[in-house]
Amino acid sequence: MAENTNSWFREKILLGKTPRDYIISLFTFPNLIFGALIGIGVAVMIYRLFFGLGPATNLSDNYGWGFWIGFDILVGIALAAPGLTLGTAVHLFGMKEYHHFVRPAILSSLLGYIFAVFALMFDLGRYYRIPYLLGWSWGFSSVLFLIGWHFFLYINICLIEWGPALFEWLGLRKIREFFTKLAIWATIFGVIIAGGHQSALGGLYLLMPGKLHPLWYSMLLPVFFLLSAIFAGIGMVIIESAISHRVFKKQLEHLDHHKFERQVIGLGKAAASALFVYFILKLFDIGHGHTFHYLLTPYGYWYMVEILGFVLFPACLFVSAARNNNASLTRFAGLITVLGVVLNRLNVSIICYNWSLPASMKYVPKWSEFALSIGVVAMLIIAYRFIVNRMAIMYDHPDYETSH
Amino acid sequence: MNISRRDFFKRTAAIAGATIIGGGVSSLAGAKTPSELSTGNTANAKNWKIWVKRHEAGVRDEKYGVLVDLSLCIGCRRCEWACNEWNKNPNQPLKEFEASVNEENSVFNTIRRMHAGNFTVVNRFKNPKNGGYIYVKRQCMHCEDPGCLSSCFVDAYRKSQEGSVLYNPHVCIGCRYCMLACPFDVPAYEYHDALNPQITKCTMCYDRITEPGFVPACVEICPAGVMRFGKREELIYLAHEKIKNNPGKYVDHIYGEHEVGGTSWLYLSPVPFELIGFKTDLGKTPIPYLSKGYLTMVKMFEIVGAWPLVFGAYYAISKARKKAGHETSGEKGEGHGGKH
Repeated sequence: MAENTNSWFREKILLGKTPRDYIISLFTFPNLIFGALIGIGVAVMIYRLFFGLGPATNLSDNYGWGFWIGFDILVGIALAAPGLTLGTAVHLFGMKEYHHFVRPAILSSLLGYIFAVFALMFDLGRYYRIPYLLGWSWGFSSVLFLIGWHFFLYINICLIEWGPALFEWLGLRKIREFFTKLAIWATIFGVIIAGGHQSALGGLYLLMPGKLHPLWYSMLLPVFFLLSAIFAGIGMVIIESAISHRVFKKQLEHLDHHKFERQVIGLGKAAASALFVYFILKLFDIGHGHTFHYLLTPYGYWYMVEILGFVLFPACLFVSAARNNNASLTRFAGLITVLGVVLNRLNVSIICYNWSLPASMKYVPKWSEFALSIGVVAMLIIAYRFIVNRMAIMYDHPDYETSH
Repeated sequence: MNISRRDFFKRTAAIAGATIIGGGVSSLAGAKTPSELSTGNTANAKNWKIWVKRHEAGVRDEKYGVLVDLSLCIGCRRCEWACNEWNKNPNQPLKEFEASVNEENSVFNTIRRMHAGNFTVVNRFKNPKNGGYIYVKRQCMHCEDPGCLSSCFVDAYRKSQEGSVLYNPHVCIGCRYCMLACPFDVPAYEYHDALNPQITKCTMCYDRITEPGFVPACVEICPAGVMRFGKREELIYLAHEKIKNNPGKYVDHIYGEHEVGGTSWLYLSPVPFELIGFKTDLGKTPIPYLSKGYLTMVKMFEIVGAWPLVFGAYYAISKARKKAGHETSGEKGEGHGGKH
């Protein structure tokens, strides 16, 4: 019995190595860097738990939300949209040729949400009361209530979608079948739920017309957040697949690389259409909000950097890449797109928030705030790699008929 | 009990923290004012309890308010002292408050806002009319339709029939969204409490105004008769009378009559409000209305609209797929599928 468990453990967790060999194999240069980043992050977490938000952050009464909300939640959730976009495209619109992208996309959504919520626990003053939100005290009039519930539901949905891969790994064929059937329904729920809370993150800022700069404040904020989450999701799929193809080369030996390049360009086309719609809506919004005169102020120049440099520019790059069949250019455009969404979320939540305050009163994150967020990102990457090395994420499991 | 436990945590963690984070603690703490470091406020919890009791007993009452005549304020800061005293917030001797008005290096040199354990502040502005000073007391405006209330995802706020906007620390998770949602920047947070931090804010002395004959502590102590407590409707009438009967003395505007849908606190000023720290671009729309439309839309969409839409799409696609056989890909799919 003991021997059995041991071999199972060795097979499934240690990748068939002996504990000694496995631990030795962990000491690689990238692992040491990730370990150091996680170590610093955990130290900040402990510090925050014992001393409170005051000493651990630069938050103030004027800036209730800082880098942990702006980056971990707003950026994190937008970049965790691959599951939404790819799941919809393949399962709902029947674009089966993209099914290779679905499992990595779902895994990155699942981990993205889990780690975003994990990071959020350190920003909440009374993190241990988070169950109140679900079952004790309901604030129906709050956009944040919608988001809280949707996060909870969406993590469960991602777990269901991830189920088949998990049970293939565990070798539980019947449960795996069950989850495969459930996954399609989870995807349908997921589209509605993810669309709801991606837009709701923008909806949060509807309440502060006086605090968010007029160029960014708009009644269309929910629409902008939803649309940008869609192209952020596609951009992330493009980037992740490029990285995965280097890191997990061994797992992808059977892949047709020409086909893959073509699909990447196809994804770029989809991102381009979302970017163009977003860009036109932004122009329309400036006209509708009568905010032209802000364009020739420092904030206006910054706005143009975001809109021209990180929306229009990558959109054109995607189109050009499609015309010239240039997958590398698509990948570059994907990177710019994702950076643009990061910039947009930080603009809304930090840089252009409280814009009328004098510069001396503006919020600049403390080093510990960056350190915690970086630590959480490092944890996410390690968790992602851990799972990909063990489960059939990048390839179809040989023992099972393809589920798509 | 709570405090000693917290102290214990702090002491044990201090050793670890000092080695990990270095000198960060002391340097940061030094830059903050005492009120920012305040923890353990009890006034909000106490007032919430009274509200619950009255609510359960079904007590009926009038809608009250306070009218502030800024032309009368002399900047003695007694209201700040009385507020701290009554609400058991960190306090200093009354003399130190009264001295500010004559001091060279006084608190008036910076524009202040409310912080943890500090429900009201008096700020000083130059009076452009006569070169003198004009003093402005700030505290929670007690909106008729409060933004903080609609922003709270655990329903920790109430607007009482008397006018007070009250906060319940017993359910608060500490997300601080109310601080962002408040157009007047009122709610403050106990950032230096690691375990039980809470929002702190003025309650319009709910525990006093619900007792017959009592008015808010700040109103009671004011030696210059700046503030007047009464029924909100009567105060608005009175304010209009004051403007009419003293031509040229006041700006023809009652701040708080219509701002963000009206507030329980009302201000009369001899100089334009935007010159003395008031936000005059807030409009008449209550803050909750800004997200109400969106929330209704999302809920309607999720509950009613999305289901037939998505199921319909799924049904159509799976049907098309069956027809087409299994070797072809998404080209057959309608709408989006056709694009690629």
